[in-house]
Amino acid sequence: MKVTEPRPRSSTTIPETFPPPSISIWQHRHILDLDNFTQEEIELVFQIADAMTEVLTREVKQVPTLRGKTVVTLFYEPSTRTRASFELAAKNLSAGTVSLDASKSSIAKGESLIDSLRTIQALGADVIVIRHSQSGAPYLATQYVDTSVINAGDGWHAHPTQALLDLYTIQRHVGKLADLKITIVGDIMHSRVARSNIWGMTTMGARVVLCAPPTLLPRGLADFITHCQLPNVSIESRIESALEGADIVMPLRLQVERQQSGLLPSLREYIQLYQLTEERLHLAKPCALVMHPGPINEGIEISPEVAHGAQSVIEKQVTNGVAIRMALLYLIAGGKTK
Amino acid sequence: MSEKTLMSPEDIERAVVRIAHEIVERNKGAKDIVLVGIQTRGVPLARRLAATIQGLEKITIPVGSLDISLYRDDLSSLDLKPVVQRTDVPTDITGKQIILVDDVFYTGRSIRAAMDAITDLGRPESIQLAVLTDRGHRELPIRADYVGRNIPTASQEEIKVYIKEIDGEDKVTIFTPDKGVTDESN
Repeated sequence: MKVTEPRPRSSTTIPETFPPPSISIWQHRHILDLDNFTQEEIELVFQIADAMTEVLTREVKQVPTLRGKTVVTLFYEPSTRTRASFELAAKNLSAGTVSLDASKSSIAKGESLIDSLRTIQALGADVIVIRHSQSGAPYLATQYVDTSVINAGDGWHAHPTQALLDLYTIQRHVGKLADLKITIVGDIMHSRVARSNIWGMTTMGARVVLCAPPTLLPRGLADFITHCQLPNVSIESRIESALEGADIVMPLRLQVERQQSGLLPSLREYIQLYQLTEERLHLAKPCALVMHPGPINEGIEISPEVAHGAQSVIEKQVTNGVAIRMALLYLIAGGKTK
Repeated sequence: MSEKTLMSPEDIERAVVRIAHEIVERNKGAKDIVLVGIQTRGVPLARRLAATIQGLEKITIPVGSLDISLYRDDLSSLDLKPVVQRTDVPTDITGKQIILVDDVFYTGRSIRAAMDAITDLGRPESIQLAVLTDRGHRELPIRADYVGRNIPTASQEEIKVYIKEIDGEDKVTIFTPDKGVTDESN
């Protein structure tokens, strides 16, 4: 987004207090990952999400903010909550929405990603929300279209809107993120949610403990942590020590196909060693929050009692997701977009 | 650019007290009144009006705050979007007399946006408008019901309202550009 001076309201210079509070710290035209977000930007997203949360409590959950704008969701991978969440967010802001499903459009006839993007741009989209199985696809998209691009998940790489809604959920329940111990358990290697969360959580000053069987940790993770100077990220292979004193516990979905690829000796062993059970949850702080990016495999990475227990905020995450995406669409498409 | 004070803390206090009396008079009491301040400086003004009316009528007046950023008609032409603040109207407004409160009444566009925002929250019996200052230059057919002070201005002048709760002091000033800049009197 082009950075400009606050809008002058007359031909003369006006003292600083005159313009309405404006979003001069917001620098993003696209939302690709959280590695380039500052703490102030994340706090700005929270502040606007608070206002959107109020809109969601109304009987008429719609404001005219993005009237005349079009948001296109282009999904090359299946999704229920992320896609529904984006479409609801766009509708609540009165934007038009078009959803393209890769399996049911010309993509199934062999159209390339870039051609699809150009077509969508020519149709008049203001924002393209894209999910793709290839890491980096949304970055590629930004090189070929002028439209704003939001990454709704690319390969194993990033899922920034999920991470922001996770951060926002923690902020709303705990009141802060700084100095919290956040334990992420499970298939870190294939998790774009974990990757984006690591950026966001450490930017906000939290400590992140990653816990997984060695085969489900990205290769070279320890070197990466040293190289990127992330002193607040640590690795723990035993769930008991990872959970000790945790403020937030986030088990990740164990994709069943991982077992077939030989990364796990057996599902039963994984359940025995890594499932978040009530007994294990006692090792965390008494009021620790249980979060899950969904979809949940109940009885595998998390026991049903914990998933639906008093400490679980899994459903709150889904609601907060709509508010966060409304805030992001406002920030991306609310002003001049072209 | 020169800044001149138009209203002192005492002037603002007197205007608030007078408007409070006018509101009570016009509505024959204060039953069913809800004061809604427009973010940012309308909100403390609404609280002061409510406190004064409560002193007169001995009943509690609900006060809400309204952010109109999501309803602005100029959003898509702004380079910088406003930060949306929380709307918080603590009561069901259907059937109530809503009194919108703002610091500066200018083009009327914020009030248009505020009326849209209010009708999204419910169906009030009536919407009235109270402003601390009216500087003219309306662009929409909207008028105020209660005015603290009418201030004739040129369009390149700026009215600035300082409110103690936000700015640390109470005063209203006018900024006039230095001579030599094209004058465009009202």
